[in-house]
Amino acid sequence: MSLISNGGRPIEILLVEDEAEAAETTMEALRDGRVRNRIHWVEDGEEAIAFLRRQNRHAAAPRPDLILLDLNMPRMNGHEVLDIIKQHPDWRRIPVVIMTSSDNEKDILMAYDRHANCYITKPLDIDKFIEAVRSIEDFWLSIVRLPAA
Amino acid sequence: MSTDRKPAVVEILLVEDSPDDADLMSDALKEGCLNPHITVVDNGEDAVHFLQQQGAYATAPRPDLVLLDLFLPRKNGHEVLAEIKRDALLRRIPIVILTSTDNEEAIRAAYDLHANCCVTKPADQEQFAQAVKKIESFWLRVTRR
Repeated sequence: MSLISNGGRPIEILLVEDEAEAAETTMEALRDGRVRNRIHWVEDGEEAIAFLRRQNRHAAAPRPDLILLDLNMPRMNGHEVLDIIKQHPDWRRIPVVIMTSSDNEKDILMAYDRHANCYITKPLDIDKFIEAVRSIEDFWLSIVRLPAA
Repeated sequence: MSTDRKPAVVEILLVEDSPDDADLMSDALKEGCLNPHITVVDNGEDAVHFLQQQGAYATAPRPDLVLLDLFLPRKNGHEVLAEIKRDALLRRIPIVILTSTDNEEAIRAAYDLHANCCVTKPADQEQFAQAVKKIESFWLRVTRR
């Protein structure tokens, strides 16, 4: 039951994840979902910002409807990316789902303090990981009314 | 997740001025596997006082989840959002906007004010109940708090 009125276009998802295996699993799980989506994968925080700014190789990047953001990454970690996004007058309304292997209390609090929309700890077990991604798809791409650009 | 131990009570605050909607939402929440303790307030001012544990709400429990309508008497949902999400500690509480408005501007404004997410209330009662259960399930079982 899709309640989104996005005019039939696919939902654009920006996946910010430095581990290739985790990224592949996430993309597979989302591709199998019910709601049409397009995943754009970048491997670190700096690329994520370049994507949002449509810089360099991201010149034709669409505006993401949803961002899946890892925390522990090289060159700019997820907390810094989150801060930049949520302080930006335009990007701040893009929902950011933190998806990280950290279940450290400090990381969780810091993420919510910086207005992460939600925080999910990546399960180690691959089946549970896929289930978690499916839950994200089932909720954020089906029930939630995503903001228009 | 262990199914043979009684889950800890989860506190849910419903900010909803329609008694029918509040009833439907409470019933749907109680049908989930969790053990929710639900408080309903029907206006924005009471919602803020409840969350700030002020006045009559001095001993109010801190909610694990807030379902907030936008159009409310005595302080609307956007104002409640703005106040709570400005607060250094209260901002951590997930606030799900659950509203009948389809208005793009209102939804955008809610996200600008850092609503965790927005859900449009389905007109169909069964779908509405399903949506509430999905909200509960996602926020109280999938996400970390």
